[in-house]
Amino acid sequence: MTITMRAGGEADELLRKVETLSGQNLAGCYQCGTCAASCPLRGSMDLGPDAIIRHLRFGLPDVLDRQSFWVCVGCDGCVERCPRDIDIARIMGALRQISIQENGDHLVVAQLPAAALRKLPPIALVASMRRNTG
Amino acid sequence: MQIAYYPGCTMKASARQHEDAALAVLGALGVELREMDEWNCCGVVHSLTSDNLIRHMAPVRVFARLREQGADEVATLCDMCFNTLGRANLLAQRHPEQIAAISATSGDDLSYDGGADVLHLLQVLRDRVGFAKIRARVRRPLRGLSVYPYYGCKLLRPAEVGIDDPETPAVLRDLMLALGATVVEGSLQTQCCGAYHVVNRDEVVTQRVSATTEQARAGGAEAIVLSCPLCHYNFDALQPQSGAQMPIFYYTQLMGIAFGLDPDQLGLEEQQIALLPLLERHNLVHAPTPGD
Repeated sequence: MTITMRAGGEADELLRKVETLSGQNLAGCYQCGTCAASCPLRGSMDLGPDAIIRHLRFGLPDVLDRQSFWVCVGCDGCVERCPRDIDIARIMGALRQISIQENGDHLVVAQLPAAALRKLPPIALVASMRRNTG
Repeated sequence: MQIAYYPGCTMKASARQHEDAALAVLGALGVELREMDEWNCCGVVHSLTSDNLIRHMAPVRVFARLREQGADEVATLCDMCFNTLGRANLLAQRHPEQIAAISATSGDDLSYDGGADVLHLLQVLRDRVGFAKIRARVRRPLRGLSVYPYYGCKLLRPAEVGIDDPETPAVLRDLMLALGATVVEGSLQTQCCGAYHVVNRDEVVTQRVSATTEQARAGGAEAIVLSCPLCHYNFDALQPQSGAQMPIFYYTQLMGIAFGLDPDQLGLEEQQIALLPLLERHNLVHAPTPGD
């Protein structure tokens, strides 16, 4: 497999958008992995939070095809422990927003089973809609 | 003591037992929660991106209405509401220009300067009432009952809105000790339950709930005590069916039991996993006799 990395030259468009929307400077990350070690949902992610930052910084392809930023619920465990004070939850939020703008909603309410909609509390439904739809 | 009260949607839907129990125990402590007028859903989660201001409108409107009603603080029972309102409040204090932009979209109907406080009920109990007074009100100590306090995320993080140390919180432990319970603690008390993934990735929630209940059980706990209505739903509805299931209490329900209040006020039968058998085993409620 060949991976093309960006080296120098113009700023990567996705990186620039993520930094603007999240208000975070990804160059501050020194890849210690504390975020991945702290994440209770890491096992369900296809790329750890530290690797998401690394892929964004290196301009690696297909970051928006990953599931990690949909898996992140913003519990802020990593945010609390990051020694570089990077708000990773905001980076994940920026990726969700960019994906929704480019590809549409991640969750279609009409496709949820009616029984689930009757049973689920409003707190779960509203939070899910706010994170998964534009 | 009177405090303005913001219920949020879930206290009027799936978490009615928490509100019922809270109002009963606060009555016993001489605290009156006065439900504010014209409250709306807070939006449940804080918007994390810089250009999505419209999603701050819901919590800002709650504060704007609160101020119009002459209050400068409001209490809530819900961890999600507490967190979302608290973070919106920080936004109003740090970025008044963003609040002005939100207000401009509503005909300048939402003026708010960040000058109100939001309190979680656990703060009211710890910092205003005090655990000594709560201990003095106990009529039926929870002697012999082992509980695992579960904090989850929104009560603690981010630290700038959290009510306790984000790594080693004590508020639920200290409250349970004041009620006479035995407390079991573990590393998963402060980890996320999977939250809204119950909607369409429930295997994530099931995995978190299983790991946490296993840790609690291994430490000798017979029940989990928590505060957040989303955590409550997840732990009550998604615990593995195989083997014994662990009862899930709101702290207000255990306060009501320890205060000797009428169990009918505490919504003890509104869970999927039964609470009464455990309480009966410890003689904390009377088992119904045949013919009752």
